[in-house]
Amino acid sequence: MGPIVIAIGAMGALGLALSVILGVASKVFYVYVDPRITQVADVLPGANCGGCGYAGCSDCAAAIVEGKAPVNACKAGGASVAEAVAGVLGVSAAAAEREVARIFCRGDNVKAERKFKYMGINDCRAAMLVSCGDKSCSYGCLGLGTCVANCPFGALSMGEDGLPKVDDEKCTACGTCVKVCPRHIPKVVPVSQKAASLCSSHDVGKLVKEICEAGCLGCGLCKKACPEKAIEIVKFLSVVDAKKCTGCGACFEKCPTGIIQSLVFTVV
Amino acid sequence: MEQSWFMFILSAIIINNILLIRFLGNCPFLGVTTAMDSALGMSAACIFVNVLSGVLCWIFQKAVLDTLGLEYLQTLAFILIIAGLVQFVEMVVQKVSPALYRALGIYLPLITTNCMIFGVAVLNIREDYDFMHTVVYSIATALGFSLAMVIMAGIRERMAIANIPKLLDGVPLGLITAGMIGLTFYGLAGIS
Repeated sequence: MGPIVIAIGAMGALGLALSVILGVASKVFYVYVDPRITQVADVLPGANCGGCGYAGCSDCAAAIVEGKAPVNACKAGGASVAEAVAGVLGVSAAAAEREVARIFCRGDNVKAERKFKYMGINDCRAAMLVSCGDKSCSYGCLGLGTCVANCPFGALSMGEDGLPKVDDEKCTACGTCVKVCPRHIPKVVPVSQKAASLCSSHDVGKLVKEICEAGCLGCGLCKKACPEKAIEIVKFLSVVDAKKCTGCGACFEKCPTGIIQSLVFTVV
Repeated sequence: MEQSWFMFILSAIIINNILLIRFLGNCPFLGVTTAMDSALGMSAACIFVNVLSGVLCWIFQKAVLDTLGLEYLQTLAFILIIAGLVQFVEMVVQKVSPALYRALGIYLPLITTNCMIFGVAVLNIREDYDFMHTVVYSIATALGFSLAMVIMAGIRERMAIANIPKLLDGVPLGLITAGMIGLTFYGLAGIS
């Protein structure tokens, strides 16, 4: 019986000693964590996309509770998450409009010219290092899918035409694609924006015409046609002001290249 | 202990590398080496815990298990000590240094079940090291672990942007890479 008693005694004593140490340590080294931080972190999506500008969802939760970030700091979660967060904190959420990413380039494999055949690493940022990419247009989408690979919500897919496609349902406007794209082709716009010039080129019209069939020439016909004065020409590129645009469609009819498109009614 | 200290340390870091030759602690080797930052964090946390647990287990073995004739309870006792120790360290670090906790915090619970920590504690006893050798061996093996982690992370960061055939992408290529690094280290076996 002796050895068994000793073994049980020794292990029991070790277990007891450790549990006492841990028990005491949990009191002595107790760090006060605001319980609301955990509650807020629970209602956040938990994708750790970083769209809010913080290191992760728990970081964002801490910032919200401390008042450093607004309750709708989580862009990815949208209105429903903002409401849930506001519910935890007992304040009301100001309704923010849902946003989505749009791809501001229509120069697909057929329409846009290429300077050379790129055969390097399958990443737009790598392609940018080789003579600034293979597209003749120095503003256009390189089509290697860096945005698709980096989207934390799987909302982007590469179309057969060599341009990424946005799934409006899945897109949370976290802005990751905007950050990773070396040419900043994706832009985050309000979901209700009715028309946009889907081009990023600031080249002069003559040059654009030579290298791309889907480029904005900066001709200004849309600006003249717009009854709401919602269109500005910025360095040979037409830019639609989402707040003024009513979606009347006057600009679509006038645009010679058809790059001013309705974002709401056509499938982009 | 006829070996010189130099050879002893070199052997623990490179020739008998804990990850690549003894194949202990391969879970973090494949798990957290996709980015250099996390590999470094995990390595730092491992060095810290490895030394503490190696020393504590050695003391417990000599003071309790050997004197009471309970050597057969070594596994059970060491696991208890390591698990308790990691919990304790986590609490202390969280209180004393929030900055360090943010850097190492997420890796500490992972270490509780790391084979390397337990393996080194057992090896210290099996090789019959004295106290100084236990301390040095624990540091050196953890350094060897860090070395392998950093090499692996460096290679995998490059592979992340490479064009890899679909059938090899991910874990298969990770294992092949680990095997090749292991072979390279195996070539140094003749030194000792």
